[in-house]
Amino acid sequence: MMLEIKNLNVSYGAIGALHGISLQVEQGAIVTLIGANGAGKSTTLRAISGLARAKGQILYQGKDITNLPPHKIVAAGLSHVPEGRMVFANLTVMENLQMGAYLQRDKSVIRTTEEFIFSVFPRLAERRKQLSGTLSGGEQQMLAIGRALMGQPKFLMLDEPSLGIAPLLVKTIFEKIVEINKTQGITILLVEQNANLALEVASYGYVLETGQIILEDKSDALRANPKVKAAYLGGM
Amino acid sequence: MEWFVQQLINGLALGSIYALIALGYTMVYGILRFINFAHSDVLMLGAFAAYFVAPPVTHLFPPQSYAGALAVLLLSAVICAIIGMLIEFLAYRPLRRRPRLTVLITAIGVSLFIEYTCQHEKVFGAQLKPFPKLLAEQNFHPAGLSINGNDVVVVVVTALLLAGLWYLVQKTRMGLAMRAVSFNEKAAALMGVNINRVISFTFGLGSALAAVAGVFYAMRAQGIEPLMGIKPGLYAFIAAVLGGIGNLPGAALGGLALGLIETFAGGIPALSNYRDGIAFAILIFILLFKPSGLLGKTQVEKV
Repeated sequence: MMLEIKNLNVSYGAIGALHGISLQVEQGAIVTLIGANGAGKSTTLRAISGLARAKGQILYQGKDITNLPPHKIVAAGLSHVPEGRMVFANLTVMENLQMGAYLQRDKSVIRTTEEFIFSVFPRLAERRKQLSGTLSGGEQQMLAIGRALMGQPKFLMLDEPSLGIAPLLVKTIFEKIVEINKTQGITILLVEQNANLALEVASYGYVLETGQIILEDKSDALRANPKVKAAYLGGM
Repeated sequence: MEWFVQQLINGLALGSIYALIALGYTMVYGILRFINFAHSDVLMLGAFAAYFVAPPVTHLFPPQSYAGALAVLLLSAVICAIIGMLIEFLAYRPLRRRPRLTVLITAIGVSLFIEYTCQHEKVFGAQLKPFPKLLAEQNFHPAGLSINGNDVVVVVVTALLLAGLWYLVQKTRMGLAMRAVSFNEKAAALMGVNINRVISFTFGLGSALAAVAGVFYAMRAQGIEPLMGIKPGLYAFIAAVLGGIGNLPGAALGGLALGLIETFAGGIPALSNYRDGIAFAILIFILLFKPSGLLGKTQVEKV
């Protein structure tokens, strides 16, 4: 198992955000975490990447990484594309990518990754000298994903990649996510409010509600599940 | 004309000192969003470090040589870099997740602690101590003017340090990390940046620049004492705000501007008693029309 979470609890002050969730992500898979706003999806990712303090256990390739500082998690091969993209608006596109490669020392590997990212997102190549604060929302999302890839992750966490992006671009970005998973063999944990989209690309899904996992199954089964249909798929 | 050129050089030298100090305020603000009030005391400690290292160190060099002065300057910068990193580690780091006001008040506490500890007779004592003459008094006389050579040294060294700082921030990996952390600490951590190391480095760098400023300031002063950092510290803080707090070129520009204003106002007999007032009036005036400072950008908060 690539990633295994056991009985994870996170609270912000007195308010509990996660109440003992457990989940597993298999190597090479795309697994999604769906649920309403405030269900604890982002908190789960923040706990994995070390931004939120957690109780419980997070195992990555069998090693306990619970509560390690974020830079050690990145060094272990897990990258987190945070909600709201968080590109460095004061830096150029190129400098953002350099930041993504902060822990990479091998210049030739950095160059190959750069070329791969520019081939996946040609738009970024055109704008490499531009300040990233001037990019559109969709371009910033591409940059955030590209930046995370610069760190040579084996495990990629994506938080709401569709948020605030023009519908046409959302489709492109999801196609790219699948492409990255297929061609690079990067395991992906995808957090999405848009459950339709997420279950289309993922093979397995977890449904989170008020800090607890209420359902888990193969994506096809979840899409057919009447409860999921009613609550998350717009009753289709 | 002669009066003007002399005041100009003098003002540039004083402004360079303010600029070096202001950079420390603005770098720390850029990364941690609080004013490190103990910065003015680090500059005083820089002067005292030089006071204590100078006799043994300058002994190794020809008397009052540039090499000897440079060695003293470097040592005092290293000592202050360590002090600055220690202050951050001991006083500010434990409060990282606390409200900013807590850190701000702690900074005032650290400042008072250093000032009054150093005034104790068993430490430095409160009385004025003569600062060793690191360089000989020398005056140039180009075209009938009289220019203080040490002022020129101060301006040149500051210019070199500013260029070096620019290179470090714009072209190196650490500089890139500093800019990333100043924009978004969490996102920088997600890139693999060890935030504590960057913050520590920033304090060390700012404190080293303050030490250089402290030595330069002491070279121009009657002597040194534990409260000597307060006035230049305050002026440099004004300079940092004037230039746009968090903005490095702004801090340098603000420092030079204040040094020139102070020198020219002080050089006019009718105004000389009001020079502090004039400096503050200019600060208030500029902030009324441009609250973000001369080079500061208006912050846009995005949700």
